[in-house]
Amino acid sequence: MHELSAVLAIAHRDVVKLLRDRTRMISDFVFPLIFIGVLGSSLQAGFGGATQFNILTFVFTGVLAQTLWQSSAMGVISLIEDRENDFSQEIFVSPISRYSILVGKVLGESLVALPQGFAILVFGLVIGVPLSLAAVLALVPVVLIITVFGGAFGVLVLSRLPNRRAATQIFPFIMLPQFFLAGVFNPIGELPPPLEIASRLAPMRYAVDFLRNAYYGIHPEVVEVPLAPIGMNLAIIGGLFAVFIAIGTALFVRAEQNR
Amino acid sequence: MIQVQQLVKRYNKAERNAVDGISFDVEAGEFFALLGPNGAGKTTTISVLTTTIAPTSGTATIDGLDIVREASAVRRTVGIIFQRPSLDKNLTGEENVRFHAVLYGVYPYAPSHGLMPAAYREQVAELAAIVGIGDEIFAPIRTYSGGMSRKLEIVRSLIHRPRVLFLDEPTSGLDSPSRRALWSYLERVRRESNTTILLTTHYLEEAEQADRICIIDHGRVVSYGTPAAIKADLVEEFVLIDTAERDALRAELAQLRLPYSGDGPFRVELDGRGTHAVLKSIDTPLNVVQTHMPTLEDAYLEIVGRTDA
Repeated sequence: MHELSAVLAIAHRDVVKLLRDRTRMISDFVFPLIFIGVLGSSLQAGFGGATQFNILTFVFTGVLAQTLWQSSAMGVISLIEDRENDFSQEIFVSPISRYSILVGKVLGESLVALPQGFAILVFGLVIGVPLSLAAVLALVPVVLIITVFGGAFGVLVLSRLPNRRAATQIFPFIMLPQFFLAGVFNPIGELPPPLEIASRLAPMRYAVDFLRNAYYGIHPEVVEVPLAPIGMNLAIIGGLFAVFIAIGTALFVRAEQNR
Repeated sequence: MIQVQQLVKRYNKAERNAVDGISFDVEAGEFFALLGPNGAGKTTTISVLTTTIAPTSGTATIDGLDIVREASAVRRTVGIIFQRPSLDKNLTGEENVRFHAVLYGVYPYAPSHGLMPAAYREQVAELAAIVGIGDEIFAPIRTYSGGMSRKLEIVRSLIHRPRVLFLDEPTSGLDSPSRRALWSYLERVRRESNTTILLTTHYLEEAEQADRICIIDHGRVVSYGTPAAIKADLVEEFVLIDTAERDALRAELAQLRLPYSGDGPFRVELDGRGTHAVLKSIDTPLNVVQTHMPTLEDAYLEIVGRTDA
């Protein structure tokens, strides 16, 4: 009960922080809208007509998954920020388990990612992405799973980072390649073997494919878009989640204690 | 209440021990000061005792609980005010306190002040009144001054009723009125709750208020005891005298049983004797009289300077 209360308090703090940080709220919404609006629309205008394939929808589903996943991953990494402004001391001397701290952080950042997901859905409707009520309902659990999965990835990255400067330097290297390896904007059905291996190693790939499974299950496309069955995606996400959390927490706690 | 034995901490990749085999005991209800210059190992000692970093070797217990094997129980027993303020600036004062109360399992979580149990609200109001925080407790931390932040940290650290309160240089960065006010609040807290207080400081005048002082430098204990004992131990009061008739003076000092050293000038230890009485008892005409009566501060600086060499 005490641990659960503590998890909720940590999660609540993250949500409160988001609500009080206007700049972050705006920037959180602007990027996905640029991706979908500019990239999706221009690809659609350029190639969509010839292929009968709705590229806008493809980019929309990709960006939705990518944004949620990345937002909660980066949110968890903000624990680094707490370390730098000395607030983490307050959390780490408290008698709650280190697992509860990270679970609370993952939960909080997942909640923080949700309004972003909602805004992207609304934007999708506005620009004409086919989106039935059934599809929205199907996406709700998917979105929750993706955010929690992203948070777990954040824990793993966080455990290896010494400070915030390292975090900002390393982030482009671990996020940007995944945009393409996970096929957020580009189809990755046919990749040369080295890229295929890299793609299968990119955790974001499973978040994106999982969401596309749910979406295209309700709004089918002329060709089969998802790469793997939804059950397979879910199993891989579950496995990676467990591994990320277990290793990430163990490394993080060890690094905090043995400075 | 606190027992520390042969505690050693060497940081990763460090060439020497930050804490190098220190031992001391603190009684329940005692006000204990760890005094030492910057980099002496004070904060490291506190970090080990509060279980945020693991010791390299040695043992320590707090209220009978081992700091390594029973870390979680130790954390519940202690409260800490860190050297650098550790409030969340995005939250209000009360939200910081509430966060702490929930983390320590004192009260279950509720998303707003109004939904928290009445006992919590009363306790916060009571503690806030002791340190002199009013409605500001509902204002964001970013609007707080340094002194206000410290006051709020005291409120926060006491909300789970710790048996031992650690204060790591709590007055650094505060002006003198805030500093004085802080001490009177702490004194009141100690009287009312019988909390054991372990303070680190590099200000001698703060340590002098303590029941006992442990002076550390370069990770080692240099001196340990009550302020009076330390003063007696460290402060060497003597008078330096000389005369044209050294043999006569030597004989006279021996006759008066005054401990002395040197072969002219002679150094006569006062050991609590008054300078005037000592000089008056000597009949041999003196041509040199120099008194050496350092303050505790001088003695402290001397010790710290000595170990630096």
